Amino acid sequence: MSAPSKPLLTARYGIAESWKLAKAEPAGAYRIAREALTNRKPADLKEEVKKANIRGRGGAGFPAGVKWGFLNKREGEEIYLVINADESEPGTFKDRSIMDLDPHRLIEGAIISCFAIDAHVAYIYVRGELAFSIGRLEQAIAEARQAGYLGERPFGIDHPIEVYVHSGAGAYICGEETALLNSLEGRRGEPRLKPPFPAVKGAFGMPTIVNNVETIAAVPDIVEMGGEAWSSLSRLPGDGGIRIYGVSGHVKNPGLYEAPVGITMRELIDDYAGGMLGDRPLKAVVPGGSSTPVLDPRRKVDAPAEADPLHKWHGQSEIDVPMGVDTYRALGTMLGTCCAIVMDDTVNMVEACRNLMRFYKHESCGQCTPCREGTGWLVDLLDNLCDGRGKVEDVELLVNVSNNMMGNTICAFADGTAMPMLGMVQKFREEFMEAATRGVPEGVRHDESVRAMVEGRA
Amino acid sequence: MAFALTPEREQQVEDVLTRYPERRAALLPILWLCQRQNGWISPDVVEYVAERLELSTSIVKGVVTFYTMFFDEPVGENVVWVCRTLSCDLRGGKAIQERLESKLGCKAGHTSSDGKFTLLKAECLAACGQAPMVQINDHYYENLDLALLDRFIDTHAANGADAAAAEFATFASFHAPTGRDSGRSSVSSAPPPPSREAVRLASQPPPPAGEKGDET
Repeated sequence: MSAPSKPLLTARYGIAESWKLAKAEPAGAYRIAREALTNRKPADLKEEVKKANIRGRGGAGFPAGVKWGFLNKREGEEIYLVINADESEPGTFKDRSIMDLDPHRLIEGAIISCFAIDAHVAYIYVRGELAFSIGRLEQAIAEARQAGYLGERPFGIDHPIEVYVHSGAGAYICGEETALLNSLEGRRGEPRLKPPFPAVKGAFGMPTIVNNVETIAAVPDIVEMGGEAWSSLSRLPGDGGIRIYGVSGHVKNPGLYEAPVGITMRELIDDYAGGMLGDRPLKAVVPGGSSTPVLDPRRKVDAPAEADPLHKWHGQSEIDVPMGVDTYRALGTMLGTCCAIVMDDTVNMVEACRNLMRFYKHESCGQCTPCREGTGWLVDLLDNLCDGRGKVEDVELLVNVSNNMMGNTICAFADGTAMPMLGMVQKFREEFMEAATRGVPEGVRHDESVRAMVEGRA
Repeated sequence: MAFALTPEREQQVEDVLTRYPERRAALLPILWLCQRQNGWISPDVVEYVAERLELSTSIVKGVVTFYTMFFDEPVGENVVWVCRTLSCDLRGGKAIQERLESKLGCKAGHTSSDGKFTLLKAECLAACGQAPMVQINDHYYENLDLALLDRFIDTHAANGADAAAAEFATFASFHAPTGRDSGRSSVSSAPPPPSREAVRLASQPPPPAGEKGDET
């Protein structure tokens, strides 16, 4: 249960001008790529990633090594690596730090990954708002090409590798991998039906691996340490390594923290983020981006059966369960992007819920009716509840609409809307009922805790 | 008059076309180049792009209208996006929006009467740990409070967008080196967090010239 003795993913963050090759290289950048490309076999590198048990860092938590294993290149086909830097899930802000502060780690990861999966081109799809990060990445790519780490013969070997940045233009849905591929191909960012999965038919109709920025950035360390050693940095089985945790909202020190997989939410809030702002009580926490159902610290884990994966934490608070892909799924939520939104007792959950549902209404691509219409209905109902026009039946209608969205659409967007909506009603029903009978109390504002700070009165 | 890119940007188009196996994939990058030159995607830009990529104008228009960052009507000289999603709202996003509305003299969704600013509400901009924040043109401004926002807007008015960005813009920050112990040691009892000022771009050179560096 030990914390890593030294930082890995974020090791170079503190170096002055860490984004420049001249600063990153003396601190270790490209050393592992050189070694991997000149002395290791692709199959060998793939095996290390598999042994690392790295669960995809973009939110779905699929084992990256298994995903790589789905590739099966046929005659005349080209394999593409696509790196998902569309980071848009509310509450999530970790990938931007890699691009801004250590772009060479991402490029090094891309080089090793391209070599391992037999790809020659990697596209980094960055959300359009991150123009500054795109500038940093492009500069870093130019430096790497200049140094001979990209291009026709990276590190002198016969395996051409190019890395290109592709800018999005403002659409949350483009973080969904098939929508991203459509956007990369110059289309509207509407998700595609699966199957075929991208590993079979992805970018430009070719086998494609889509991985998150943090996943690819972890590859150099995995290769250097060996998959098993890297995996064992985690506190949980089958969910390896370290990761970047984010905390926003009502904590003393919001920000990013590198830590082993499997710390608890309580540790994240109290030990890493310095505890609650103004020492107010914790009311609720959205654990890993807005699509992950909310945690309520008052609720106890109910797992009396020994066979239950959560039995070890039976009777403890939800926020004392280790943060892992499988543990959180057992808890009825998701680990998602591992970036938490923390709310204190000043927050009205109906208002908070309306804020998030407005996001989904705005971002639904409109392709499937249950999602396009459902997100609108949820916002209308929540508007009514918040403004005192609601009825008690509206609370059931929120549940009903959500249930009709789940599983009825091309992509997971509708589920990612309905699940947190259902979680909110399930865990904070009394607040929804109160809003239905009396409206949200006059003057409720969920920035209460910080308003004085923002206005300079604190 | 028909729209045309500058020779320099035409060269960038040629470069972009080499990056993809299919011509159409250059659509978003070329729309970006056009918008940077023209300020918005006007009908003659749509026609130019359609011809350049051998697509129909309806295909191009369909793509333009899908993405919120492509403007299909004219906008002010500067576009201000104020994030109103939950993490920012918990840290005062609404107060920031209200102050911007009074400072700029226009409601969100509108352009100031002097044409200098268009103020828009944004959904999550992936800077939640540094909330509240706004994006202006290509830059983020994070860990805002009203006094800082006022100073920024005043600098912008007096010295222009580049000077204001050089002094106030931010890039990603990181809190603690790593690990549980160092995480603890970084804990300070009083906000603002220690990284707050350190990450401002002040004294940093602007982003490299190129596709993204030549904002209009």
